[in-house]
Amino acid sequence: MDEVWSERNTTPAKIEAALRRIVTEHHHSDHPFVPARVLNVVVVVDADFRGEIENRFERVGRYHPSRLVLCAVEPGRDSIDAWAGIGTDDAEPVPGHIAVARERVEIEIGQRHLSKLDTIVDPLLVSDLATMVWAPHGHDAAIDSLRRLAQIVLVDTQDEPDVDRSLARVEDLSEHAYVVDLAWLRSTPWRERVAAAFDPPHLRTALAGVSAVTVRHREDSLAAAMLFCGWLSSRLGWKPGPLARSDAGLSGHARARRQEVRIRLEPTHQNAPGLAGVTIETASGEAVSLDRAPGGLRAARRARDGSEQTWTVLGASRGEGGILGEGVRQALLRDPTYRPALGCARVLAR
Amino acid sequence: MVATTENPLVEGLERLPVPATSLVIFGATGDLSRRKLLPALYNLAHEGALPERFNLIGVSRRDQSDEQFRSMAREAINEFSRRTPDQQVLEGLVSRMRYLGIPFNDVPGYAKLGAALEEADEETGQPLNRAYYLSTAPEFFPVITEALKDAGLHRHAHADVRAVIEKPFGTDLASARSLQEVVHSVFRERQVFRIDHYLGKETVQNVMAFRFANYMFEPVWNRNYIDQIQITAAEDIGIGSRAGYYDASGALRDLVQNHMLQLLTLVCMEPPTTFEANKVRDEKVKVLQAIEPPTPEQVAEMTVRARYTHGVVGGHEVPGYLEEEGVPQDSQTETYAALRLEVHNWRWSGVPIFLRTGKRLARKVTEIAVQLKPVPHMAFQSKGSVGVQPNQLILTVQPNEGVSLSLGAKIPGASMRIRPVNMEFLYGTSFMSQSPEAYERLILDAMRGDATLFTRNDEVDAQWSIIDPILQAWGEGRPPLAEYEAGLPGPPEADALLGAGRHWRAL
Repeated sequence: MDEVWSERNTTPAKIEAALRRIVTEHHHSDHPFVPARVLNVVVVVDADFRGEIENRFERVGRYHPSRLVLCAVEPGRDSIDAWAGIGTDDAEPVPGHIAVARERVEIEIGQRHLSKLDTIVDPLLVSDLATMVWAPHGHDAAIDSLRRLAQIVLVDTQDEPDVDRSLARVEDLSEHAYVVDLAWLRSTPWRERVAAAFDPPHLRTALAGVSAVTVRHREDSLAAAMLFCGWLSSRLGWKPGPLARSDAGLSGHARARRQEVRIRLEPTHQNAPGLAGVTIETASGEAVSLDRAPGGLRAARRARDGSEQTWTVLGASRGEGGILGEGVRQALLRDPTYRPALGCARVLAR
Repeated sequence: MVATTENPLVEGLERLPVPATSLVIFGATGDLSRRKLLPALYNLAHEGALPERFNLIGVSRRDQSDEQFRSMAREAINEFSRRTPDQQVLEGLVSRMRYLGIPFNDVPGYAKLGAALEEADEETGQPLNRAYYLSTAPEFFPVITEALKDAGLHRHAHADVRAVIEKPFGTDLASARSLQEVVHSVFRERQVFRIDHYLGKETVQNVMAFRFANYMFEPVWNRNYIDQIQITAAEDIGIGSRAGYYDASGALRDLVQNHMLQLLTLVCMEPPTTFEANKVRDEKVKVLQAIEPPTPEQVAEMTVRARYTHGVVGGHEVPGYLEEEGVPQDSQTETYAALRLEVHNWRWSGVPIFLRTGKRLARKVTEIAVQLKPVPHMAFQSKGSVGVQPNQLILTVQPNEGVSLSLGAKIPGASMRIRPVNMEFLYGTSFMSQSPEAYERLILDAMRGDATLFTRNDEVDAQWSIIDPILQAWGEGRPPLAEYEAGLPGPPEADALLGAGRHWRAL
């Protein structure tokens, strides 16, 4: 951060005035400097774990929000301390080019501020920019308070051990705001590849004959697996039923137009959160499998006669920093398939 | 619900499936392939955007093994990719590359290519689409096209076959038509994808978004409110090591015939009913056909050609064009071209459109400047005031991509003094994503069969119809070749082109 301001026991009005002053001073001293104007992001974190979230934002690549307001919640705190700074992504300005600057505010607040957090955050937002809120350590009260300011809520449905509760909460939030779910974004390459696997016209008809879906996932990524199955159900017009615990994980059925579809979710060990593999089988004996592999996904296709082909679908892992960056980017896009998938996932999770 | 013709799984996906494809690059060891095509393919692979079944066959005259070609590709990608390659993805991509060293006119050699394509089909258990990318010297375009036909590789009963042809598409109207004749004797128009990489640039596509997604500009976007349009493509660099190509081409063929006329069409076209390829291209062709090709006499009045002499650019002394390595001493090639054109239709009649491009100019900038007419009555003239200037709308393609609008504003103080101020939108501040290279988008579109960002035959024909009379007159020495000092904004002769009361925008 090139310019920094801080004050103990401060007020939102003073923070906002300081930010305005820093931006103006910076502009006067360095003409090619231009503040980014894309998105406000408000993050509510436990003060003890703020470092972890700050590190995640350091790794989002180019997808930094224009103004990041980090609210660190400290139990028992009554007053507000704040720090504001401004800086550019570029270490060295390039002659003839603009330097894009980003603003960052950190405020230390107490539990008692959460229910009225909107009154503290409101003056700190850049007007006319979309605002996204995220509370990675819970703090549902803060999110509820910020609902009137937020057009987008960032969530990670895999953060909550109780998947049913997690999906129900997101469904409620999506009534009022656009929800960007990191668990959903982790499944994007899988959804793209499954769509591609069935895209050749002669294979599209096979979608009507899908008879079994098996999703392998990291132990804590059940929500991502459910959303993936919810996506298949909603896109293919299946009526899913609740999954039940079985030896390998969870299993159940969805009703397709022609037949029952067996659904299995199998936890497996892997380092990266999210899905580990997907197998889709058809009633006629064909199957498509995708599994994580070096340099992409290992694909296998089994024909009706039992013959099998394997190959690698190229693609680099985005890592967790990349997933958060993608979450920030997705805030300004709209994916019409998430809510229907969420609706079906809720049925599976019951 | 599942439909047999639609894939219900693609809804909502940003990255749509691309059909399984074998891409054949002719001229695979050349400069364009190394600097642009191979890095573009790597970046597509990195993002998981390549077809799930994909093979690359490099074809060049050089005799080398698959492994030598892969090694060259690896080096090129490491050197020129816009992102640091992930070695596992890179190796995965490189492992799908094969190489064939065949002379482009060696028809029996094409049997080897056919065999390699069939081998790829057998490996994948399905016929892959074929995309032939002609990235060779232009004289080989008809040679390769006809050889593909003679070898029976120009069509396939169960797969789509496409030809991607790099610029230049001809060197004048006659050669463009002759090439077109050959291409159309082999491929149908819907199989042909003529590359003008400018159209793959995000900021160029944004010209259409700016015009057709914002209602406020449409009422003034015509002869009633617009005084003039200036389209500039200025470079501060010289010709580098491209003397051979550049001296045969010159600024007019290198930039005006293709890129700059494309920018002009985007500025002047009517809104298409949809952004389907032919709807967009229909509108662009109408603009080109509304530009009357100049007579030889008019060429002297409405064009300026010049070449740079020794000068200073960015504080460094640089040689004149004739001192550049490889440039013939008797060269008459222009490194600067300026044109005044007019689109003769209801919307634009009477509005001069000025194009200028040059090398070794004061700075690098590509922009479209739309200048509105002055206000009809100056109420604010007063001492110490710059005064009310006509509004200018600037669409900057590079660098500092964005849009700015100059407005008159009151200078703070007791008197009513006015000076121009800028209202700016800059891409870098309003979008977080890094734009993909134009070639990434274009290669993907070609494999997908989407021709929206490619030039259609009648567009090329209309472009050359405008440029051809100028080339002929210039070849006869009309107007004479002027000179400008390297590092300056261009030759003084270019000012006369604008007419009284008009000035070139400062670079």
